[in-house]
Amino acid sequence: MQQNHPSTAKIIEEIEESAVTEPNTSTTTHAIDMSSIVKTDVDAKLADENICIEANNFNLFYSGAQALKDISLTIPEKRVTAFIGPSGCGKSTLLRCFNRMNDLIDGVTTEGTIKLEGNDIFDKNINVADLRRRVGMVFQKPNPFPKSIYENVAYGLRIQGIKDRRTIDTVVEKSLRGAALWDEVKDRLEDLAMGLSGGQQQRLVIARAIAIEPEVILLDEPASALDPISTLKIEELIYELKDKYTIVIVTHNMQQAARVSDYTAYLYMGEMIEFNDTSTLFTNPNEKMTEDYITGRYG
Amino acid sequence: MANGAVNQHISKQFDDELENVRAKVLAMGGLVEQQLNNALKSLIDGDIDLGKAVIETEVQVNSYDVSIDQECTKILARRQPAASDLRLVMAITKTITDLERVGDEAEKIAKMGLVLSDKHGPKSYYVGINAMGNLVSRLLHDALDAFARMDSKKAVEVAGKEAESDDQYGAILRQLITYMMEDPRNISGALDAVWVARALERIGDHSRNICENIIYLVEGEDVRHTSIKHMEEIVSDN
Repeated sequence: MQQNHPSTAKIIEEIEESAVTEPNTSTTTHAIDMSSIVKTDVDAKLADENICIEANNFNLFYSGAQALKDISLTIPEKRVTAFIGPSGCGKSTLLRCFNRMNDLIDGVTTEGTIKLEGNDIFDKNINVADLRRRVGMVFQKPNPFPKSIYENVAYGLRIQGIKDRRTIDTVVEKSLRGAALWDEVKDRLEDLAMGLSGGQQQRLVIARAIAIEPEVILLDEPASALDPISTLKIEELIYELKDKYTIVIVTHNMQQAARVSDYTAYLYMGEMIEFNDTSTLFTNPNEKMTEDYITGRYG
Repeated sequence: MANGAVNQHISKQFDDELENVRAKVLAMGGLVEQQLNNALKSLIDGDIDLGKAVIETEVQVNSYDVSIDQECTKILARRQPAASDLRLVMAITKTITDLERVGDEAEKIAKMGLVLSDKHGPKSYYVGINAMGNLVSRLLHDALDAFARMDSKKAVEVAGKEAESDDQYGAILRQLITYMMEDPRNISGALDAVWVARALERIGDHSRNICENIIYLVEGEDVRHTSIKHMEEIVSDN
C-alpha cells in the first residue's frame, strides 16, 4: 500500500507559513528496489549448480522411429529433477538412457551425447556395469529378488566380491536406515522380501540401490503403484536422499513432481518443451504447451 | 494467459467451477461499485433512504465474500490448480478481500452522510469530495473492467491513475483544515468530511491492489510494492 499524502501537521504548517496553496508534489519513493528481488531465471539458477548429467542434441530411435528429438538438458548434482509429460512422450526412454538400460532393447540407436560428470556414457571405453553401479535405478513395480530382506540389500556388495560379514552388516543397516525401512524390518531381516507390502518393497529396492553408493538414482514412477501413505513415505525419502544423491524421477503425477523436485522438465512427443525451476514451472510456465498440460487443457 | 480463458479444460466441470467463481467476483464487484456510487450520492444529496440502503447492501457483499472464498478453497482442495488456474484462484481470493473492504468504506461514507445530513456546515465541503468520489469510482470501475477482461495493460493504466486520488486527498485536507482554522465551529463537520475523504483514498488503494492482482494473474509477476514504471515494463515484456 503506497501513501504519499502530506501529513496533517505539514499542511497546517504550510497554511500558517503563508498561503502556499500549491499542491504537494513531493513524491517520496516507495518502490522496492527490484534488483533486490531474486528473479527465478532457471539459467541463472543452474549456473550456481554443479552439473551431474548433461545431454546434448540427443536423439534416440526405436528401429528407426524417433522417440527422442534433439534433447539438450543439464541435470544438476544433488538435486531432484522430475520429468513429466503424457504417456509416450519419451520421459522413461530418456531416463533409461542415463544408465544405458536401452542397450538391452533391440534396434535402439542413438545420436548426440550424454555425459555423466563430463564423460560420454556412450563412449566405447565406458564399462556399462560400472556405469550402472554409479547410476542406480528403481522401477514402477517393486522388483525385490526372491531372497531375504537382508540378502536383497547385500546383493550388490556380494557381486562386488565383498565378503566381510561385518562390513555387509553395516552397509545393510545403513542402507535400510537410508531408505527409511530399518525400523520396520530390523527384527525380520531373514524373512523373504516378497512378504513386505508394496510400499516397503519399493523402499527395499531403494535400499538395495543405495547400498552400492551410486551417484545418481533414477526413479521411474516409483510411487505410481503405491497407496497415498506409502507414496508420501517415498516422497519423504526422496527429500532425504537428495543430500547425497542426484535424483531423476519420472512421474505421471504432476502434484508429486511439484512436491518433490527442484527442477522439472516437460516432454511432449519426444521433445523437451520446457526445463525450468519447479516452482516457476508450476506457477508461471514459459511455454503455452506446458501451461496446457499442467492445467489439464486440451493440447 | 489468453484473455478470459478459464475454459478448455479436459474436465468440463472444472471449467464450470472456475467460470462460476469468476462470474461471482464480477457480480460482487458490480454490487460494491453500485454501493460506492450510492454512498456518494446519498452524501452529496443528503438522501437518507439511499444511505440506509447502502448500509443494508453490506450484508450481501459480505455473503459474496464468504461464498467466493469457500469456492476457492474447494477448488484448491479438489483440483490442485496449477499455473494460470492457480494464479486465478489466488488473484480472486485477494481481490474479494479488497472488494469487501471497499464495501466497508462505502458503508462508512453512507453512515457519514447520515451524520452530516443533520449538521450545518458549508456545502462547499463536498465540492472536493464530489470530484474525488467521481475519480475513485471511475478507478474502481476501470479496475473491475480490467479484471473482467483480464487486461493487464489496462490494469497498469488504472493503477497509474491512483496517484491522482492521493493528490486530491491532500488537496481536500488542505481545504478542510483551512475551514477549521477560519472558524472553530466548522471543525466537527469538517472532521467528518475528512473521514469521507479518507475512505475514498482507501478505496483508491484497494482499486490499485485489484489492478496488481490482475497483473499477477495475467503476467505471473508479483508487482505489489513496486513502481508503476516496473509494472509497465512487466506488461510490455510479455
